[in-house]
Amino acid sequence: MFDFLTSKLQEIFRKLTSRGKLNPEEVEQYLKEIRVALLAADVHVSVVKAFSERVKEKAVGQEVLDSLTPGQQVIKIVRDELIGILGEKPEPLSITAFPACIMLIGLQGSGKTTTCVKLARTFKNQGKHVLLLGLDAKRPAAMEQLAYLAQKEGIPAYLGEGKDALELARTSFQYFKNHGFDLGIIDTAGRLHIDQDLMGELETTKKIFNPRETILVLDSTLGHASLSVGQEFQRLVGFDSLILTKLDGDAKGGAALSIHFITGKPIRFIGTGEKMEDLEVFHPDRFLSRILGMGDMLTLIEKAEKALAVSDKEKLERQLKGRISLTDFLEQLEGLTRMGSIKDLIPKIPGVTPQEADKKMLARWKAIILSMTPEERDAPEIINSSRKKRIALGSGTSVHEVNMLLKRFDQFKNLLKQAKKGTLPFLKNYSIGG
Amino acid sequence: MSWSAKLRNFLQKLSPSQFKLGPQDYEMFRTLMLEADFGPYLTEELLELFRQKNLEIKNIDEATMFLTQKLRDSLIPQSSLNIADTPPSVYLFVGVNGTGKTTSIAKVAHYLKKKGKSVLIACADTFRAAAREQLKIWADRLNLPFIGYPIGGDPAAVVFDALEGARSRNIEFLLVDTAGRQHTDTNLMEELKKIKRVISKKKEGSPEETLLVLDANAGLNAINQARSYHEDLGLTGIIVTKFDSPAKAGFVFAIQKELSIPVKFLGVGEGLEDLLEFSPDIFLKKFLS
Repeated sequence: MFDFLTSKLQEIFRKLTSRGKLNPEEVEQYLKEIRVALLAADVHVSVVKAFSERVKEKAVGQEVLDSLTPGQQVIKIVRDELIGILGEKPEPLSITAFPACIMLIGLQGSGKTTTCVKLARTFKNQGKHVLLLGLDAKRPAAMEQLAYLAQKEGIPAYLGEGKDALELARTSFQYFKNHGFDLGIIDTAGRLHIDQDLMGELETTKKIFNPRETILVLDSTLGHASLSVGQEFQRLVGFDSLILTKLDGDAKGGAALSIHFITGKPIRFIGTGEKMEDLEVFHPDRFLSRILGMGDMLTLIEKAEKALAVSDKEKLERQLKGRISLTDFLEQLEGLTRMGSIKDLIPKIPGVTPQEADKKMLARWKAIILSMTPEERDAPEIINSSRKKRIALGSGTSVHEVNMLLKRFDQFKNLLKQAKKGTLPFLKNYSIGG
Repeated sequence: MSWSAKLRNFLQKLSPSQFKLGPQDYEMFRTLMLEADFGPYLTEELLELFRQKNLEIKNIDEATMFLTQKLRDSLIPQSSLNIADTPPSVYLFVGVNGTGKTTSIAKVAHYLKKKGKSVLIACADTFRAAAREQLKIWADRLNLPFIGYPIGGDPAAVVFDALEGARSRNIEFLLVDTAGRQHTDTNLMEELKKIKRVISKKKEGSPEETLLVLDANAGLNAINQARSYHEDLGLTGIIVTKFDSPAKAGFVFAIQKELSIPVKFLGVGEGLEDLLEFSPDIFLKKFLS
């Protein structure tokens, strides 16, 4: 990660002379890589194409900024374009008049039930009197699941009765109306978007409740089904916004971008885990970092330029020659902490797993490096197992953690080597098949 | 124009020779394959095949045959379930959240029962709310024995007890449901490895099947899921669920090519009968339609 950063600074030094305008070939070359990146992130091919055309129009002939190479310039345009589509700022769910209902709809297994309770918890914490309404009488124990989660959060749940889904909806709505709740959150049964009967049932259910907001819940692993899922749910039922679930895995969630692109409906929240607090407001910039898979390079570059002592040219040049030591590594870690909240920054750095993305981990890394002798920091290859034991003891960590750090350090060094060879090395990190 | 009509259009132009094809035709084909979640890399590989100058294709039937054959070559043929020499055969069902593990277990149990086999269903998902209740309902409907512990219980203990139970009752098949987990969650993947270790320790050679359940609606992340799960657990098979969706599950090609894991079943609905034994023909019929 830091190697990439370093090589970026290297390019800035080198290419100060390379100015001019982006030519069509350059743009096409970089766009090709961006297209593969977007496809690998499961962005729908038709969206990729439309988007790519827009970028091409904007990019050709544009001045290359002094601090950027043509490749970075294209990425910047891509980023700005995507931000343009998704919006600069989050568009959180705002319900101001009560009573109101929110209805969650989606395919089977997208995470509706869990998300319902997460949402209910959010509104409960705002002092609202929330009722959860279970309408999924189809999946075995779906009602029990909702009841259990609701009870754990201390939120009332109404699991109605009825001989069919519509009667269930009617009795549930009556219950909600008669009991003076502020907000009803409706969990519906998952269904395939091509199932005409079940989609019709959902449309009728929606009419019964007349929800203030109908939200399509999307699994971040969703592939090219996204387009027809978005279109059919919109056409047959209608929805106001999206929630993207399961972003704690490594799926990129390109489906949400695709559906947003064709419907214009905002993405309100993301689900980032199975715990009830794992619901976050959607931030377009962070999402883009994920989709493009390169971390938010531009932001990082901008911040790095300010935070790192770039004037320290000699040291930088030594690093660029590949003689990067653990001391340099530590300095960069500290530079990162200076740049802002680690939690914000880590997702911007490719190659760092979420497990490592906490401040504690970095603090432990720092402790490990500080427990080394200057020789060890300069030439980590001399660290044998007895040295590792000593370092682990000195830093209050384990040999395993020392190994982990050294492994990471090696990976950074390798990345640096690759970065020197390729144009957009981070794009090669895509782990997709084929 | 529908997906299959566009494909037909492409194949039509391919005959009698591919010289009729212009760049826009190749682009159309590329789009079709990407829409089928075939992935950018395999798509380019397939396109290369059609660009060969010496293709001897006389008509659309031969063109269709050519494509079908190429696709079939990259699929692993039908593969039957592994069975233990001494019962029970233990089948472990794993996968990320919401792919349909529990429903798949019910279907496989029904499938085995129909063949006259004795089955015990165990729920080692002691995490998700009502996971046990969900599976219990299925077991009751199937009139099959069931074992499961309340939330917070040790999933490895469920497996241990289930194996004891299966042995003492001379049961032929033990189907084990596990909690859905992201393949990137190191701790939860460790837990799964432990469950597998407990099984192998208690019964050598088991589990006979470690089955990854994948959602047909998924995109290329399914490949990452398969790769990680395979690395951690050594998968013996895959079940593709929700195959009644219009999604074509093109990621299966990449998984089979890279990891050589056979697909054993296709889930095609919410009912117990909605399970098909995998065959390349069934898969391709849907893929090309």
